[in-house]
Amino acid sequence: MTAVMGTVMGTSLRRKEDPRLLTGEARFVDDLVLPGARWLAMVRSPEAHARITAIDATAALDTPGVEAVLTGKELREAWTQPMPCAWPVTDDMKNPVHFPVAVDEACYVGDIVAVVVASSRYAARDGAEAVDVTYERLPAVVDLEDALSDRVLVHEGLGTNRSYTWTLAPDPPAVDRAFAGAAHTVRARYVQQRLIPEAMEPRGVAVVPQPVGGEIVLYSSTQIPHILRVMVGLTLGIPEQKVRIIAPAVGGGFGSKLNVYAEELIAVALARRLGGPVRWTEERRENAVATIQGRGQIQDIELAADADGKVTAVRVQILADMGAYLQLVTPGIPLLGAFLYHGVYAIPAYSFECTGVFTTKTPTDAYRGAGRPEASYAIERAMDEMAHEIGLAPDEIRRRNYIQPEQFPYASPAGLTFDSGDYEPTLDRALELVGYEGIRKEQADRRASGSTRHLGVGMATYVEMCGLAPSRVLASLNYVAGGWESATVRLLPTGKAQVVSGTTPHGQGHETCWSMIVADKFGIDPDDVEVLHSDTAVSPLGLDTYGSRSLAVGGVAVELAAQKVLDKARLIAAHQMEANEDDLEFVGGAFQVKGSPASAVPIQALAFEAFTAHNLPDGMEPNLAEQVTFDPPNFVFPFGTHAAVVEVDEETGEIRLLDYAAVDDCGNQVNPMIVAGQLHGGIVQGIAQALWEEAVYDEDGQLLNATLVDYLVPTAAELPNFKLDHTVTPSPTNSLGVKGVGEAGTIGSAPTIINAVVDALSHLGIRDVTMPATPQRVWKLIEEAKAR
Amino acid sequence: MQVSIALNGATSEHEVEPRLLLVHYLRDVAGLTGTNVGCDTSSCGACTVLLDGMSVKSCTVLAVQADGRAVTTIEGLATNGELHPMQAAFREHHGLQCGFCTPGMVLAAVSLAAEGGAGDEAAVREGLEGNLCRCTGYQNIVAAVLDGANGNGVRS
Repeated sequence: MTAVMGTVMGTSLRRKEDPRLLTGEARFVDDLVLPGARWLAMVRSPEAHARITAIDATAALDTPGVEAVLTGKELREAWTQPMPCAWPVTDDMKNPVHFPVAVDEACYVGDIVAVVVASSRYAARDGAEAVDVTYERLPAVVDLEDALSDRVLVHEGLGTNRSYTWTLAPDPPAVDRAFAGAAHTVRARYVQQRLIPEAMEPRGVAVVPQPVGGEIVLYSSTQIPHILRVMVGLTLGIPEQKVRIIAPAVGGGFGSKLNVYAEELIAVALARRLGGPVRWTEERRENAVATIQGRGQIQDIELAADADGKVTAVRVQILADMGAYLQLVTPGIPLLGAFLYHGVYAIPAYSFECTGVFTTKTPTDAYRGAGRPEASYAIERAMDEMAHEIGLAPDEIRRRNYIQPEQFPYASPAGLTFDSGDYEPTLDRALELVGYEGIRKEQADRRASGSTRHLGVGMATYVEMCGLAPSRVLASLNYVAGGWESATVRLLPTGKAQVVSGTTPHGQGHETCWSMIVADKFGIDPDDVEVLHSDTAVSPLGLDTYGSRSLAVGGVAVELAAQKVLDKARLIAAHQMEANEDDLEFVGGAFQVKGSPASAVPIQALAFEAFTAHNLPDGMEPNLAEQVTFDPPNFVFPFGTHAAVVEVDEETGEIRLLDYAAVDDCGNQVNPMIVAGQLHGGIVQGIAQALWEEAVYDEDGQLLNATLVDYLVPTAAELPNFKLDHTVTPSPTNSLGVKGVGEAGTIGSAPTIINAVVDALSHLGIRDVTMPATPQRVWKLIEEAKAR
Repeated sequence: MQVSIALNGATSEHEVEPRLLLVHYLRDVAGLTGTNVGCDTSSCGACTVLLDGMSVKSCTVLAVQADGRAVTTIEGLATNGELHPMQAAFREHHGLQCGFCTPGMVLAAVSLAAEGGAGDEAAVREGLEGNLCRCTGYQNIVAAVLDGANGNGVRS
């Protein structure tokens, strides 16, 4: 392919990543060949809460191939610090001490109590099964309100299960006044069930220590090699410069690999102790309890509105499930939604409070959307409630309350500045795509005919804050790191380009998109761009990939670095052409005197000149290589409207998804094919929360659906094709005019689906369906409604 | 036990434990790591390979059961440096993101097409029910399989 400058961006260029993934050449952690590596297996607590009274490794050590069994007590000295939590959201937040291997007490099913070292994968498993641990069972606490009562303490030493209470209430009297003077109010409770992220690649870790000198290489299936390097250094007391982290091919993350995990630290500690490579690969059942889970909130939301249906205040109280311990960013996850409970609406009075509570369950942390799907769900469900209360159509109440285009940049009541937006066109288009008027008519016809197949149409307009994040804002939220991103762009001697990025892709297509940005800038072929990433020795500066930040922060850094390279190349061209730099233009990958194509010097030739340095302007450094660290001035605020048509079978409670439209606005699109792919996958994860997925715990704290047989990750057979369209409202706060799209689909889809389901059943007097809206749950609601 | 498998067209002979799963034979003994393991309950399909031309989940087959039979893994699908039409269709339609489920998904699709089960969208969706993908939402996979089956000349 030959690229003409300015023609690569915005095209659906096929991905550079694909050939190696399609042929099996890509190397995931478990694919690495590490001669002599010992295998680790984790012995995990089968109890949700128990004192470890004895560990007998005799039988395990008799198992062929087993070399060692190490307990929490034996490994206690390996850790210079407990497991890290990087987000102490309040000064008085309770954070229980948590070591990679439990010492005295296990606090959730899956907590590691011992580690087996063996010569093979199978032997390590055999050994783990032979370790005999004696537990003294302690009471479990599973329900969030029960946990808040402190009837049972997860960590006795803390004296409470409350980790923190975080408040955002800029003007409480204004909220009180709005409710006191309201013509209409609604109050609702929504439950965000726990979800298991289920990235298709389970986690994997391999550590190769240098025989002399103490350096180690840690391969991990992680989204965050750079953050992990700092944390491995701190937790194990290893000088940072001796730790190299490589995230090879990573098979999905969705936030679940945005963490510092016990197994990573254990593997490093044991590789150093044994003086040789060790490795561990998670099993799927293990993944369900050993990798973080998402959501887990009870949301109480109240809205006040005037007689015209203008919403005047929103008041929210969240009870958020931390699980047994605070992982890397556990306490901050609900707060990523804290600013967005007014949604896309100009609601002047705002009050938010969140309490984090410990339970004897797997820790929660980031899962696709992380706090923002929860916020979007609550406000979009509550707006439908308010519409019902007032007697307005759901689209009408939204139109009356949208923040209007001329209000941007919009100073939100929660203290943010929304960069840009134009919401109503996305609603119009989404309703048009599902044939809204026709569906309403058919719905009325079916109801009139007494059909038992109820038709419903639902919609949700979302906005999210992403592109995490301005470092100063993160500081104000007590997050311990910044939110910048780094990129280096080089033109190599032969005129090819090299990008070094601090982002860490695991399916998003950064190699393709960063190549497109650079190819567009230099007027070269995207195939002539090399993108290096995900290895702290190759890309030493970075803050990795999460929170839909990669393009809006990392991609912008790439663009800015490429521009600096081009600016320097212009100086070299002007020098060698003996022209004034202002008299030059850059056309088709070459500098020329304006209007004089005969004078053109291609960028490749300038790259070679910069490399030889034979004839550069006085004082100019050789080479074309520029590094940029971009700290965004603001978040970006993507938005969109989704609409769904469902059919609910009164006899069985089964929900069929008949149609789904999504009209999203992520600003300028670098690669529309990749944008659509992100939306498809995101939408399905939200639909799955609405209809199928839930980590179900019994009262003893046992996860009842740890396998993919029981945990209903959707298959192709349950889903329709989605109708996508978009509007383009560029962000004014970055040079590419881009926003983010990795989480958008998930944020829009869950409320859309439940709004449609409730719409289908509203004539029966049903006002809410708890997620997941399983056939049994829906059928019971219908039966109860009929009995009333 | 000794096994002899026609693996991607070449003979692969090794002494194995009777309990060794075919997927671990492929990955750990034969060194073909393109076949992935995504679960432990035969639910995800990441380990799908072709056994005598038909798709099987290689985590449900013992290596000794493949003795004397032909196994095709993702490494055996492209020929002479050219992607198989199904692989090419996955790239063309952006039918993969992280790529972990992809080898199994592509081989399941090749088998489905060969059986004549990739005739329309509904058939492809039903036919791929045994293979999970968490990234794509399946829409582009379905488009890829319809196209790949066509390019393969077996779409009826």
